[in-house]
Amino acid sequence: MVLPFVEGFYDTPAGRVPQIKDSLALRDHWGSVRCRIGLRTDYTVQPGLYRLGGAGADSPVVITANYKLTFDTVRASLRGVDCWLLIVDTDGINVWCAGGKGRFTAEGIAEIVRASGLERVVSHRELVLPQLSANGVSANALWKLCGFKGGFGPIRAEDIAPYLAHGADESMRWVTFTLAERLVLAPLEVALALKWVALVCGVGFVLSGIGPEIFSLSAAWQRGLLVVYATLTGLLVGALATPALLPWLPGRSFAFKGAVAGLVAALVVLAPLAWGRASLLEYAILVTWATVWSSYMCMNFTGSTPFTSPTGVEREMRRAIPWQLGAIMLSIAAWIAVPFF
Amino acid sequence: MKDFRYFDGVATLKLDGETCIGCGNCAEVCPHGVLVVESVESGKKARIVDFDGCMECGACMTNCPVEAVTVTPGVGCAAYIIASWLNRAGIRSSSACCG
Repeated sequence: MVLPFVEGFYDTPAGRVPQIKDSLALRDHWGSVRCRIGLRTDYTVQPGLYRLGGAGADSPVVITANYKLTFDTVRASLRGVDCWLLIVDTDGINVWCAGGKGRFTAEGIAEIVRASGLERVVSHRELVLPQLSANGVSANALWKLCGFKGGFGPIRAEDIAPYLAHGADESMRWVTFTLAERLVLAPLEVALALKWVALVCGVGFVLSGIGPEIFSLSAAWQRGLLVVYATLTGLLVGALATPALLPWLPGRSFAFKGAVAGLVAALVVLAPLAWGRASLLEYAILVTWATVWSSYMCMNFTGSTPFTSPTGVEREMRRAIPWQLGAIMLSIAAWIAVPFF
Repeated sequence: MKDFRYFDGVATLKLDGETCIGCGNCAEVCPHGVLVVESVESGKKARIVDFDGCMECGACMTNCPVEAVTVTPGVGCAAYIIASWLNRAGIRSSSACCG
């Protein structure tokens, strides 16, 4: 079966190379959306050499990961450029994470260079590497392994074409984290958390029904709903609002930023929902609950940012997790105890 | 990155100025402009200009031909760190973040 992004084959001295489209079809966009919301996890393309435009023996060779989302981004950004795309097997992981986890390496590139017979396809001995693979790829080792000289290209796919034309400038070398870049990651965080939320809400309903008359279905429903509201508030603030507001939230610790945003949002959002349905103490417990969730979700967002160091993340986790656990335990105990007084 | 800052004074980045040959690889690959290469009397040398901008990705160390720059590299990801804690405690867990 010919893949939908392949529009033909091109004969080279090393064999037939798939000629790929430099535009995305609806199904490519749909695949990206499914990936972004966690409905699709195994999203890969076959490693190997692909041809874009009218690439020939002198054309540049651009290296990237075999994550389909990455592959699509790169080929769409190379519209009208004659070049080769050499896809390395990174287990379907993006460039940056694959580099950090040892799955995007000089050995892996050398292997695909050999397997594809690249030295018979192009007359030069240069490869354009994604800058963000530099944490995993040693250009020096690559040269020793396969005789191709790897030069680090830009960070963003959209800069590859200008880089090929004029070389790198500083703006291509510095990572950014714009509002759009932050928000595109948020849906996946929410999706990953939803199964935990379902579990928490289920347990919340059960615990909410415990009272002096052993178990009350009406209390389980009424108080349980409040737990659901509080949990969802914490989740959505921590996973959606804090990434959006990241530069403006106080402090440097993500757990703290999340707690601040969660506290403020929960005080406001939960007040009308709890009005007449909960005591002041219960309202305080719900606010605490939402604050902890927001704090935890925001702490998890460190993994989506391009500027948090592992030493820093571990430090803030060692400080925040005892508080988060303590507040969780206290909230649960207090929530169960309230009906007895 | 100037508009986003994480904790100051925590990075494990070290540069051995004696060993450095000033090739410029580290300055080229750093996505945060932490290192620059400058002309000195004996030729060229790398210098850390934004220590607290370092996110310990390890790109500089991986591409230093003389092991002059070192860092304890890793992924600054809470889910990944929790998974590694659990693994160390004997509990098998798959990390939720990017594979």
